[in-house]
Amino acid sequence: MKKSVFMGALTLAGLAAGAAAAGTLDDVKARGKLNCGVTTGLVGFAAPNANGEWEGFDVAVCRAVAAAVLGDSTAVEFVPTTGKTRFTALASGEIDMLARNTTWTFSRDVDLKFEFTGVNYYDGQGFMVPKELGVSSAKELDGATVCIQTGTTTELNLADFFRANNISYEPVPIETNAEAQQQYLAGACDVYTTDASGLAATRATFDDPAAHVLLPEIISKEPLGPLVRHGDHEWGDVVRWSLNALIAAEELGITSANIGEMAAGTNNPEINRLLGTEGTLGEMLGLDAGWAKNAIMVGGNYGEVFAKNIGEDTPIGLARGLNAQWTNGGLLYAPPFR
Amino acid sequence: MTTLTDPPKETFRLSMLLYDTRYRSATIQVIAMFAFMLLAAWLINNTIINLNNLGKEVTFGFLGETAGYDINQRLLDYNSQDSHIRAALMGLLNTLVVAVLGCITATIIGVFVGVMRLSSNWLIARIMTVYVETFRNVPVLLWIVLAMAILIESLPAPRAFRGEDATASMNLFDSVAITNRGVYIPEPLFSRSLGDIHLLGEHALRFDVSMDLMAILIVLALSIFGMRKVSAKANATQAATGDRPKTWHIQLGLLFVPMIVLLVALGFHLGYPELKGFNFKGGTYMRNSLIALWLALSLYTAAFIAEIVRAGILAISQGQTEAASALGLRPGRTMRLVILPQALRVIIPPMISNYLNLTKNSSLAIAVGYMDITGTLGGITMNQTGRELECVLMLMLVYLAISLSISGVMNWYNNSVKLVER
Repeated sequence: MKKSVFMGALTLAGLAAGAAAAGTLDDVKARGKLNCGVTTGLVGFAAPNANGEWEGFDVAVCRAVAAAVLGDSTAVEFVPTTGKTRFTALASGEIDMLARNTTWTFSRDVDLKFEFTGVNYYDGQGFMVPKELGVSSAKELDGATVCIQTGTTTELNLADFFRANNISYEPVPIETNAEAQQQYLAGACDVYTTDASGLAATRATFDDPAAHVLLPEIISKEPLGPLVRHGDHEWGDVVRWSLNALIAAEELGITSANIGEMAAGTNNPEINRLLGTEGTLGEMLGLDAGWAKNAIMVGGNYGEVFAKNIGEDTPIGLARGLNAQWTNGGLLYAPPFR
Repeated sequence: MTTLTDPPKETFRLSMLLYDTRYRSATIQVIAMFAFMLLAAWLINNTIINLNNLGKEVTFGFLGETAGYDINQRLLDYNSQDSHIRAALMGLLNTLVVAVLGCITATIIGVFVGVMRLSSNWLIARIMTVYVETFRNVPVLLWIVLAMAILIESLPAPRAFRGEDATASMNLFDSVAITNRGVYIPEPLFSRSLGDIHLLGEHALRFDVSMDLMAILIVLALSIFGMRKVSAKANATQAATGDRPKTWHIQLGLLFVPMIVLLVALGFHLGYPELKGFNFKGGTYMRNSLIALWLALSLYTAAFIAEIVRAGILAISQGQTEAASALGLRPGRTMRLVILPQALRVIIPPMISNYLNLTKNSSLAIAVGYMDITGTLGGITMNQTGRELECVLMLMLVYLAISLSISGVMNWYNNSVKLVER
């Protein structure tokens, strides 16, 4: 018995050993590569394409950070994580940052000792059902079998929602989106629930997307964003402001098309500060002056990244909605670059 | 004249620790012990320092907090407002269910296949060989996933049972529904139930005891006690007179009459599953996660058990069979009275490790979404509370306790069947 406990301590100590020390920024620079945790595959957010290259909305954040820090958007090692393994991977130092449509909650921020560096997608939990069931509201789901990704906030929201409405359900816990899709399509569950964006992305990959409907209820607030470990503020700043640079670029009208021109200098001092032709913002972060320019050049500003990966012209077809700039009635609002 | 010299006085020099064979092994053991303790201390220290750097301390207070999640298969009452420790208990019970079911089925299949593999029938022996080699040479995780995939993809969904032109129908006089969510079988119900006793009030470990079940068990125990009495009396009569009185009708009566009387008194009837809303309601619901896990674990472990059984039987020399035949014993009795008692001695010890393996392999349950203790305590709880170290340590202790209990029981059984050597 003593031996087993010891072996466990050994394993855990081995895991914990990697977590030591601050200075992720220096580590990444020394390694020449960013280790970024993403999903195991959710089309539009993070999935390998036909050539095996990762692409998607969350992947774009990883690439922007890599470009800002290392000047090379391909210097990223994508580490697929499940809802269950993601926090351990981040806490143990296996990954430098996690961009895996992860909901910013109090307990994750405070108790799990992570630092959310912003929100790249304002989401909410929804339900998808086959049209033939004739269900029009989530409140009609009494007794339904619900597929759910285990280890996520959706699991807790679901329990709360059904409890609050005093209806019953049968949860079917599932590890990955792919397994959920298999069970849902085979009819082993009536309903699939996760973030509405994830549902839309999953539905887009079905043979017949029109045979499935998203129910109108959005039962939770799910602000999704990249996160890093607590306590390493320099690194947290780098990730936070790389994301903010993409958002501010959209607001300031910087696109992948005109960034070359704008980087030569403009009349707008904020654009100049952002792109490094004025001021020392890069130096303050411990990066090159052109850090934000590199980040924006990868896939364009936030709006362009959104449109390319999950926007209305893609099969996923998400509207900007809450994720429009504050100037357009949305919630995106980057603090000033000053 | 002889000179007596004193034997040389024992002197002790430090170098003797290394060069004197009397001390050398002790020296090496002490050094190894120190090295081992240093390593352990370093690892523990390292863990503590790193946890401190992360700002985490080791506490178990989170176990009392509200779990917040639901569990589909729960053997005791549980809802999302219960504590993490109760959620862990639900998981533990689920682990035990699949482990017990798996061990029983694996033993039955294993013994059957092991004996069949020794059959003189060429075809049967070869089929069993193929079974053993396929199952034990493919990782059990793949069997679990495969079993689940087959259940999900090949069986009809509950909605196929609905409507006028239903494509699926229930089996066995509409009493069993086999769907791709699981199998619904009739459940025993009592219209004049004695009720339940609630133990431990609102405590996290509270549980109910069904008085109906207790009554049935008590009556069954009394019946068996009576049957043994009758059989002992028959033995005594046989020893005294040489004639064995006929007792089978008394035995059967003792077994069935009190049970039937009790069941009628309790108002026993079966509750049949019925399609209501999205799912079948009523009846006992065996989820396909349980079935897939149970099936895959039993078939996989049975392949190993078959080999153990075969080895055990082959270990008994042919001479024993021949000697038994020479004494006039029939083949069945030869097996039961001569071969098996000797073979069990060889079979049981490796059988223990297979039971342990099966129990530990049940932690792969999450692959099919079966909520065992790895799924609750080591999965959702760990994820929601972020207490990796505490949860993993607790999980290890739980598995250790289960395994040691199984070993204990099996060792006791082994001692009771092993040959008494004189």
